[in-house]
Amino acid sequence: MMTRKELDLWVGIFAVIGIGAMLFLSLKVANLASFSAADSYQIIAKFDNIGGLKVRAPVKSAGVVVGRVGDIRFDNESFEAVVALNIDGRYQFPKDSSAKILTSGLLGEQYIGLSPGGDSVSLKSGDTLKLTQSAVVLENLIGQFLYNKAAEGDGKK
Amino acid sequence: MIAQRRRSFTAELRRVIARMRSKYVAARFSRLEFALRVFRADTVATSNLVEVQNVTFGYDERQVLKDINLVVPQGKVVAIMGLSGCGKTTLLRVIGGALFPDSGEVRVTGRVVNKLRDAELFALRRKMGMLFQFGALFTDMSSFENVAFQMREHTKLPESIIRDLALMKLQAVGLRGAADLMPSELSGGMARRVALARSIALDPMLMMYDEPFTGLDPISLGVIGQLIRRLNDSLGATSIVVTHDVAEALELVDYVYYMSAGKVEFQGTPDQVRAAGLSSLRQFVYGEPDGPVPFHYPAPDYRRDLLAQ
Amino acid sequence: MTGRIAELLRALGARIVNNWIWRLGFACRFLWFTLKESGASFRRFHLTIREIYFTGVLSLIIILVSGLFVGMVLGLQGYDTLVRYGSSEALGVLVSLSLVRELGPVVAGLLFASRAGSAITAEIGLMKATEQLSAMEMMAVDPIARVVAPRFWAGVISMPLLAALFSAMGVFGGYLVGVRLIGVDEGSFWSQMQAAVDFREDVLNGVIKSLVFGVAVTWIAVYEGYDAPPTAEGVSGATTRTVVTSSLAILALDFVLTALMFRGH
Repeated sequence: MMTRKELDLWVGIFAVIGIGAMLFLSLKVANLASFSAADSYQIIAKFDNIGGLKVRAPVKSAGVVVGRVGDIRFDNESFEAVVALNIDGRYQFPKDSSAKILTSGLLGEQYIGLSPGGDSVSLKSGDTLKLTQSAVVLENLIGQFLYNKAAEGDGKK
Repeated sequence: MIAQRRRSFTAELRRVIARMRSKYVAARFSRLEFALRVFRADTVATSNLVEVQNVTFGYDERQVLKDINLVVPQGKVVAIMGLSGCGKTTLLRVIGGALFPDSGEVRVTGRVVNKLRDAELFALRRKMGMLFQFGALFTDMSSFENVAFQMREHTKLPESIIRDLALMKLQAVGLRGAADLMPSELSGGMARRVALARSIALDPMLMMYDEPFTGLDPISLGVIGQLIRRLNDSLGATSIVVTHDVAEALELVDYVYYMSAGKVEFQGTPDQVRAAGLSSLRQFVYGEPDGPVPFHYPAPDYRRDLLAQ
Repeated sequence: MTGRIAELLRALGARIVNNWIWRLGFACRFLWFTLKESGASFRRFHLTIREIYFTGVLSLIIILVSGLFVGMVLGLQGYDTLVRYGSSEALGVLVSLSLVRELGPVVAGLLFASRAGSAITAEIGLMKATEQLSAMEMMAVDPIARVVAPRFWAGVISMPLLAALFSAMGVFGGYLVGVRLIGVDEGSFWSQMQAAVDFREDVLNGVIKSLVFGVAVTWIAVYEGYDAPPTAEGVSGATTRTVVTSSLAILALDFVLTALMFRGH
């Protein structure tokens, strides 16, 4: 029969290592600490086709993660996809930057690539990107390839 | 000096119990009402502490108690005797409020036990002590902690006073030296004595003993018997002893109720019991193998059974 | 002929009502009483701490060792499968997601049920059989408040901590086997894992799962102990029932929770 002090000690140790394990899982295994939403600003990008882009997909510029996709909605009037991007407050981009939907690897997940323009004025929270390029849809690509091949064949005749 | 100390402890105990704030009670009664309700027991003028009137109790299949009537006068030690299965332990549970009778009333200090609300029943139980058949000590605590259990749960006395009181109770049963032993380290007789010390922890007015003599060696038997009598007299309490140990009981008690098949067959003083003419009682008291309770379990004809193929 | 069938149906119905529905009803009322009487478990927190020691701390060895081995096996098997598609750097992702989402809560729950759950049932059952609970009632101490509720809350508190420890040890085991033993690149092991495991989606859902499992297992353990027939066979039967029922409950709840949480991801 343990004294109360010993019991308290062991339960305290248990609680500490248990919470430590949870912190380990949250910080080292998951991505809790890597992106804080507090000091980020939001810009809007409109696409004809977002392909397989998902919420919380990374926004990369020059290959470095500078933000995350916040929200994806459908505009019923212009029939475009409206994507909200949360950009890290440390990075400023010119007003004429463009956004492309790229795929990591051949069949990997899709992310947004941000290419800077040359304007001296920077994007502010709530601005919309003027230049966007939609995702590459594989079926269209194959269809295009076949059409080109057929056109070539006709041309040669 | 010691008598003065004891009186001031008890006075302190009463003061603290009166000040004790139970959630239900404080919500419903004022302090004065609460003190009156709990302590009316001390001022009640009836001479019978426990009155059982026309109590019937049964489970779905069978009747265990059939129209029982008995009284326990204040300050006396009363025995309820009978064969196993006659309903005496059930009767004890009904008196303690653990079971509710199907009909009839049980009064303790004039209040009907089966009509009390939860908070009042709990308050009444703090004035009752029960010794279970094999002690029922809490196995995860030492003897000392078992005795101190009720004091820690129901009073806000400081640890030093609780320690003194618990040691005093253990001293009364002769086991102060065994205070730090765990129940698994105690012999049967010692365990039962510690359980006795535990049940008198808050100086109850009614003590109930469920088969206190079962399975004890002769020395422990004598010790428990003496303790029952001595504690009853020194606490000014009333005791009910349920047992089928005839010799020990008749030496010890003031009055006897003999039960058979759920009814009270006989009642009287020990001398009256010894001289009784009722054949079933004579068989019980003198341990005769054959009588109203037959030796042979009902069976078909002996000759036919032996000669059958 | 129809008489026979009617007899069988009646027997089946009686069995279902008496064994399942009756007991389920009692179990729900019992849970309600336990929650109602929980005030004392928190006001006198040392009661609960004592029970956390017996359910949580004493389960640490089995949880940590099992977690390590499960993680190591995941590392081995995972590498074996992934290397066929040239994706062996994704080992970290495989190990961590399997553990955090599923194996951590479920396996830790199963181990907890068999170690701590059976101990709780046996303890309460024995206290009932040796009349300790009746003695407590006669001393005007509610056994549910004093004995049952602290054990219930101890189980609910211990379970998420144990599941987190299991997952953490598992990830470490996968790291040991994958990076140290086999030679997967350490950098990509951790970085791909961090990219793939989301705090809210995966870790938090895993914690919610382990909480639900903790409630279920401890509820079953406490109820079976309190309801056990006060004999030796009764207590041993109740202990077995605790382990079996808890395990089935964990697996069934796991399916339900996974379907709710990881829909269309």
